[in-house]
Amino acid sequence: MKNSKYLPLIATFVVFVLAYVICISVFPNMLSTRVAGNLLTDNAFLGITAVGMTFVILSGGIDLSVGSVIAFTGVFLSVILRDTSIHPLVAFVMVLCLTTAFGAAMGATIFFLDMPPFIVTLAGMFLARGISYLLTTDSVPITHPFYSTLQEIYFVMPGGGRLTLIAIVMLVVFAVGIVLAQRTRFGTYVYALGGNLTSAQLMGVPVAKTTVGIYALSGFLAGLSGIVFSLYTSAGYSLAAVGVELDAIAAVVIGGTLLTGGYGFVAGTFLGICIQGLIQTYIVFDGTLSSWWTKIVIGLLLFGFIALQRGLMWMSERSARNMRHASAVQASSA
Amino acid sequence: MANAQPLLSVRGVSKAFLGVSALENVDFTLKAGEVHALLGENGAGKSTLIKIITGAYRRDEGEVLLEGTPIFPRDVVDAQKLGIGTVYQEVNLLTNLTVAENLFLGRQPKRFGLTDVREMNRRSRAILDTYGLGIDVTAPLANFSVAIQQVVAIARAVDISGKVLVLDEPTASLDAHEVEMLFSVVRQLRARGMGIIFISHFLDQVYQIADTITVLRNGRLIDTVPVAGLERLKLVSMMLGRQLESGIKRTIDPSTAKTEPLVSLRQLGKRGTVDPIDLDIRQGEVVGVAGLLGSGRTEMAQLVFGIERADSGTISVAGAPVGMTSPRKAIAEGFAFCPEDRKTDGIVGDLSVRENIIFALQAQRGWMRPLSRGEQEALADRYIAALDIRTSDREKPIKFLSGGNQQKVLLARWLATNPRFLILDEPTRGIDVGAHAEIIRLIIDLCEHGMALLVISSELGELVGYSSRIIVLRDRKMIDELTGDRISTDHIMKAIASHGATGEAA
Ligand SMILES: Nc1ncnc2c1ncn2[C@@H]1O[C@H](COP(=O)(O)OP(=O)(O)OP(=O)(O)O)[C@@H](O)[C@H]1O
Ligand SMILES: [Mg+2]
Repeated sequence: MKNSKYLPLIATFVVFVLAYVICISVFPNMLSTRVAGNLLTDNAFLGITAVGMTFVILSGGIDLSVGSVIAFTGVFLSVILRDTSIHPLVAFVMVLCLTTAFGAAMGATIFFLDMPPFIVTLAGMFLARGISYLLTTDSVPITHPFYSTLQEIYFVMPGGGRLTLIAIVMLVVFAVGIVLAQRTRFGTYVYALGGNLTSAQLMGVPVAKTTVGIYALSGFLAGLSGIVFSLYTSAGYSLAAVGVELDAIAAVVIGGTLLTGGYGFVAGTFLGICIQGLIQTYIVFDGTLSSWWTKIVIGLLLFGFIALQRGLMWMSERSARNMRHASAVQASSA
Repeated sequence: MANAQPLLSVRGVSKAFLGVSALENVDFTLKAGEVHALLGENGAGKSTLIKIITGAYRRDEGEVLLEGTPIFPRDVVDAQKLGIGTVYQEVNLLTNLTVAENLFLGRQPKRFGLTDVREMNRRSRAILDTYGLGIDVTAPLANFSVAIQQVVAIARAVDISGKVLVLDEPTASLDAHEVEMLFSVVRQLRARGMGIIFISHFLDQVYQIADTITVLRNGRLIDTVPVAGLERLKLVSMMLGRQLESGIKRTIDPSTAKTEPLVSLRQLGKRGTVDPIDLDIRQGEVVGVAGLLGSGRTEMAQLVFGIERADSGTISVAGAPVGMTSPRKAIAEGFAFCPEDRKTDGIVGDLSVRENIIFALQAQRGWMRPLSRGEQEALADRYIAALDIRTSDREKPIKFLSGGNQQKVLLARWLATNPRFLILDEPTRGIDVGAHAEIIRLIIDLCEHGMALLVISSELGELVGYSSRIIVLRDRKMIDELTGDRISTDHIMKAIASHGATGEAA
């Protein structure tokens, strides 16, 4: 009963283990740190932005702008590094400030104008994509030597797999995200907003600050994800990362977070990312399957998880009701 | 010394909403160590006064002094910090968070900059222990009954504020035992020297717990008087501004007992929810349902209305068996169900009073055949008048109505469908004494016009007043059916209290 809130997380974990076992039994080669390392590297940018998305969804919102913000970040960096002599680190700081402010502005619009997050971030999505087009419509390669330095950083894991810098960044973001969600006031406020906005307000949750903070965080992480993506692809392109917001939402939901907010875990999102990565890896190993199979399997998984969540909600409502009766009956016979 | 300076005093406060006055020049004084009841009809301005004291609304005029110093709380949080804590009509905590998180939201103990969960749980246990509540503080609040949630809300308010505690209809959804538990907490706080403002429509409870009473009517102060020696009739006439006709008692027409039943339940039940029940309800009959909260009263109604699916037994309507698989089916059979929890089961806050009233009727007709605007307005006006719904006009969003008036709108919604069988779950909860009488008269009237009614109520006196028969539930079983002379509060109480006395059930 008490642990029913962990059930979606456990379900995700079971699905992950199952998927892994299936993959390994078909392709024993998949059991290697090399594959694991690649999986983390390939999904680093998605994972980072999915952490932001988890906070947004936990609070009962949605952020559709992240894919465009990732593209914008890449284009911004590539153009700056091509046209000026600014050091990449400085450019990183600049772009993170921009994307954080962008997220904060969306959060402020949502709260102060009382607009649905769906609409506001949809507008944000078009806006960020549009600005990327304004900067350039070409795919601009990034050739700065500092980029090569960063791309060369990695740990060799036992078994020869490489844990690249961007994979490490993702793992750190997840770790910080978990602590932020579970062990800080801000984290509890996020859950509070997703639980019941009016109650949260009456209980003194700084709703305005928290809402702005959540979208600023999502903007910041989308920017960070954009930096990682530019390291991953060594280029900036205004048409990049289309639909990444949907992949991120899928990872969050498969990770067991309730789309209506209030329940879920950052750690679940990590599993969600890993499940998506496994499916992709399987398809690569198979070689004959179209990569669209990834989407199909993820679609099916999403259905499965949403059905599971409905079922769980229904069951916990029932058992809570029964419990209440039990306690009422106890009280009355006492 | 408490007399020397009042804990809280309100002087000449006024408040208007869009030009409509809700409070006019009201004075109110609360002493330390006092339970002060705030009474008045629905819409009298009680909640508005509270909201001004707690910073939820800004006053237009007047002043509020806390321990002699004028205060201007900007919002609820600000008032909390000043020492004024509030527990609202409906519990306003976060059921998705744990009990401890609810107690400490916004002021979690920290260690190395991070929430110290262990310390938070430890302190939560200590706080709840002082209220004699030994629950698992790491479980989500949703796992606990409303009464326990209410005590958690009080514990939170007291722990944060510690001077003034405001309780706005805290007992509305509690049963007798739970009310007792709450009151022992309130007494304990009074002994600690807190000032407690208590709003309730249950006069028995007011007499049980309050030291002083302040009555509001139409936004004006009528009087502040000590409870001791105050006659009940005097109090009611202060609230209503007129005499209440006493003791409505329906005369039962014996001929109805012979007619064919409209609705019959045969062994209707659901495992773990309600044990199989046999019951006939005839036209022109009010069947009362008594029992403690959690005795299966509401669940039984939900079975009959198809909200919960029965796993045994049958329902027949006018002799023909009906598979009651969904509320749609029930509505198609001419059933209507007015649920007890207005906040979650019924009110659409942003829609107007008119839209809320025509809602069920429109759904019944199907959205393809909309009621004309004229019809809608006529219906709305009729029920606003019939139930004395206090609203400045029918287009006002329902969320701006007082709690009791929202309840009346919900009742109007189901009456508008003109059902042949009406189920009312706690129809008078949160409704003032005057409107109580209106609703009871309405129930009797409906019944005399041939409707069949099933009425669930904790107000035994009322139940006795209008019921043709009363069934008593306990522990999810129907344990007795009272008819004729046995329809009395005494018999109901005895039936509820008796142990294992199932043999009497006819
Ligand atoms: N936000 C608001 N906007 C407009 N009118 C309001 C608002 N809040 C309250 N009112 C009006 O002020 C009047 C007083 O309402 P209030 O809620 O104080 O009544 P109450 O005494 O608490 O009644 P109840 O017993 O039904 O809870 C009502 O007529 C109500 O419609
Ligand atoms: Mg009120």
